[in-house]
Amino acid sequence: MATRQTQLLARSLLTPAVGLLFIWMIVPLALTIYFSTLHYSLLDPGSESFVGLENFRYFLTDPAFLASLQNTLVLVGSVLALTILLGIPLALLMDQPVIGRNFVRLMVIAPFFVMPTVSALVWKNLLMHPVSGLFAWLASLFGLTPIDWFNDVPLFAVILIVTWQWLPFATLILLTALQSLDEEQKEAAEMDGASAVSTFIYITLPHLARPITVVILIETIFLLTVFAEIFVTTGGGPGLQTTNIAFLIYAQALIQFDVGSASAGGLVAVVIANIVAFFLVRIVGRNLEA
Amino acid sequence: MARMATTRRVAISTAAAWLFGFLIFFPILWMGLASFKTELEAFAIPPSFLFFHWTTENYATVQERSDYLHHAMNSIIIAGGSTLIALLIAIPAAWSMAFSPTKRTKDILLWMLSTKMMPPVGVLVPIYLIYKTFGLLDSRIGLVLILCLGNLPIVIWMLFTYFKEIPRDILEAARMDGATIGRELVYVLTPMAIPGLASTLLLNLILAWNEAFWTLNLSTSSAAPLTTFIASYSSPEGLFWAKLSAASTLAIAPILVLGWFSQKQLVRGLTFGAVK
Repeated sequence: MATRQTQLLARSLLTPAVGLLFIWMIVPLALTIYFSTLHYSLLDPGSESFVGLENFRYFLTDPAFLASLQNTLVLVGSVLALTILLGIPLALLMDQPVIGRNFVRLMVIAPFFVMPTVSALVWKNLLMHPVSGLFAWLASLFGLTPIDWFNDVPLFAVILIVTWQWLPFATLILLTALQSLDEEQKEAAEMDGASAVSTFIYITLPHLARPITVVILIETIFLLTVFAEIFVTTGGGPGLQTTNIAFLIYAQALIQFDVGSASAGGLVAVVIANIVAFFLVRIVGRNLEA
Repeated sequence: MARMATTRRVAISTAAAWLFGFLIFFPILWMGLASFKTELEAFAIPPSFLFFHWTTENYATVQERSDYLHHAMNSIIIAGGSTLIALLIAIPAAWSMAFSPTKRTKDILLWMLSTKMMPPVGVLVPIYLIYKTFGLLDSRIGLVLILCLGNLPIVIWMLFTYFKEIPRDILEAARMDGATIGRELVYVLTPMAIPGLASTLLLNLILAWNEAFWTLNLSTSSAAPLTTFIASYSSPEGLFWAKLSAASTLAIAPILVLGWFSQKQLVRGLTFGAVK
């Protein structure tokens, strides 16, 4: 009796959350799908008409789409590579006996807590400004020509900013994983005369495989929709050089007011994200059983 | 010999760790310093690192000219409101899934997680149009609502992983003693759940405070939180580095402090328990 009551109660406690999330998932998505089949411009209200898959044809064959897809992939790929390649040695370093480790960890984790608009503007102005930025001054100290970051290598500049924001995340997760590594296993390997390098390759790295996968998947979810950093630094330019898919859809929706095409683009973004999500959900799901 | 080597190793790794830590932290430090310079000095080449004329006038100007406190209040209301509402919805749900799991609990959890994977830009258009229709654009309530829904899956997940760690034997003992569900909740569960609740609250405050997709797209002035307010410094006529730095320092200082307290929970919350 009590169990049945408990179950009933449990279900009623769960319902509001499930219901809200269901509405949150279904309603906007259904509207996006609906809008994507319409010719619908906010500049020309009342002219909505059904056009089938025309918006998708338009969006997918737009040269801007291919450019932004390429930028998205370069941005996501570079930031992933940089945060992991820098994060592993950094985490290994912080796992060593370091005096004042807690303080070092505070410094390393700090960028993650800085709001994206602040990091982007501080990097763009105080550091990367071609005349008065700190980097320009450093370059001139060494007799080099300062780089005009946002004109010469705009996408790379955005990559650097985003890497700075996500390096703490990768490092922290890898460090957490390192700290759960069985010390005895490492000591046994050392006793057997294994070099530091082979200990790393045969013991540490396999142990890090899972956290690295998790970092890749979670970062990918967030990096696919990098927006604020581009919005406040380059506005997608020069030309389309820093327009990623998220920014392209924003521009079509809220600058060109083309609801139909932006909705089609939105669905393309959803599909791309779902491919990544599929793998992440599987990994997390496996963990639930353990 | 061994001792010597160890001391040297500690010295080297300490020096290296401090160096890299400092480099990573440097942009924030540099911004903090610039906020105490005059506009001229903030722009100067060669830059001065410590020996400039320290002034706090930027902080006063930012408030006078742009009503900084108004935007800070928006941030507090939006981040705090969305987090609290999300907690109110999530606590019963997570409690129910952790203590009365059914066959479908795992599927429900994974489904909730998958809603978080939806790129916000995929639903930007309908949300924008719905908000426009209902007059929710540039309103605090609109932002509270959307950030609450956006973070709800993370809140439920974090609470679920914490609740699951509460030993069930204790609950059974309480039940044997004849405790009702209400009493069980108040006297047994709540005290044990408070650390988990606190870290969930903290992490989600941080996430909501820094959220910069919906806030940028759905607010312009009256409901604009600090993310949107700072973004207004990107316009060419707004190039005041010292004032930008002062406004930014104020905007990130409270969250930096909260963030430092919640580092451990950060890993767990953002990896949905996949890394502990």
